[in-house]
Amino acid sequence: MNIDPPLALLAEITHRCPMRCLYCSNPVNLEPASRELDTATWLRVLDEAADLGVYQVHFSGGEPTARKDLGELVQHAAELDLYTNLITSGVLLESEDLFRLADAGLEHVQLSFQDTDAAGGDRIGGLKDAHRRKLEVAGWVVDAGMAFTVNAVIHRHNAGRVGEMIELAVELGAGRLEVASVQYYGWGLKNRAYLMPTEQQLDAVTEIVEAARDRLAGVLTIDYVIPDYYARRPKACMGGWGRRFVNIDPSGRVLPCHAATTIPGLTFDTVQDHALEHIWQHSDAFNRFRGTEWMPEPCASCDFREVDWGGCRCQAMALTGDAAQTDPVCSLSPLHESVRALAEREAGAGTETAVYRGAKKESVLRDLS
Amino acid sequence: MNTQAMHGEGIKPRFAPHVRFKFDRRRGQWVVLAPERLLLPDENSVEILQRCTGDATLADIIDQLSAEFDAPRGEIAGDVRAMVQDLADKGILSL
Repeated sequence: MNIDPPLALLAEITHRCPMRCLYCSNPVNLEPASRELDTATWLRVLDEAADLGVYQVHFSGGEPTARKDLGELVQHAAELDLYTNLITSGVLLESEDLFRLADAGLEHVQLSFQDTDAAGGDRIGGLKDAHRRKLEVAGWVVDAGMAFTVNAVIHRHNAGRVGEMIELAVELGAGRLEVASVQYYGWGLKNRAYLMPTEQQLDAVTEIVEAARDRLAGVLTIDYVIPDYYARRPKACMGGWGRRFVNIDPSGRVLPCHAATTIPGLTFDTVQDHALEHIWQHSDAFNRFRGTEWMPEPCASCDFREVDWGGCRCQAMALTGDAAQTDPVCSLSPLHESVRALAEREAGAGTETAVYRGAKKESVLRDLS
Repeated sequence: MNTQAMHGEGIKPRFAPHVRFKFDRRRGQWVVLAPERLLLPDENSVEILQRCTGDATLADIIDQLSAEFDAPRGEIAGDVRAMVQDLADKGILSL
């Protein structure tokens, strides 16, 4: 098989994060600071990524600004002519940090918002005063002259404010908005019943987003991700397994996607043990679900097999217990109706109970609300 | 405000800030890099994008392409306008 090089590197430089978002898609068990790659290794990995043919680097986490060497990594990536993106909650940033990162060559900042309402946002994010600080950070991103995306994470408790979220993005001076429905992985899967929107909410959000896209063409680019339990076709997760993205976790494991460690039986190589190009070509984890050979029916004979690549392996794992199954959100999966029914049931039940990272089971939302 | 169909041929399209248009020697192709976006323009699009420098007007670009490819101006104008408008709507080009 001729394997094209990846287009983008997702550099998860740390799992540390002061926020405790209920929808966090990072693994339930996070890598501790003591296992994080050192600066020299990340610099080498960036060299290897550029050599391999990567165009874009996304510095992510955890909260990537928790690492003091972020500026150095950004500068090195920029010197390698890589396009640099920072995916941040913003809550650790001061004004001068943004100017320093812009000087280092950072092109684009993607700042998450949990809501337009401070109480709602801080409750979902599990951190007091976070919303106010994010508003402040947005101003600094614009002042420092970087491209600016607002990432609005949508779920049952804020879906009614998506119109306000769009207005907020425009007011803050963003050029791009992601209206991203929660996807249920890692910690977020535990809180699915709390987060799942109703189908009526989804329809209302879709209508508002489509109208805003038309009205704001040339002002604000809006990318829209629906909660795919309600979809008819699965998402082309990561643009296909091992096709476009290479993800490196804080400890140096090289993953086809950031949730891939939830799939039992995959062997992950590390950047300490092998060069990135070798891993991209030969790693068991990348080759297991690459292309179409691995596919079961109905994927194997489906006209869309090279459009959605069978959907999401981690979702197949989470919902069927077998990562090699068709993503069950697909209408052609025998499990499609049961997944949709599950979403409807959970959304309809309207539970007000959710669990924060680090909290005991009984420590639920009431401590912040 | 929707920008569609509001521009004359006097506009001077250019890449938006933080959008990069470059030739990738390794793959032998032109690429457009933008926030969370990667475009792989085809040959015709590359001809147009190479002229989106902020100096040339839309009229200049259409004239040049019409002459270079010996094609009817009206036909070229339609293609160029459609592409420039689409990329402006997506925040890739500034008008």
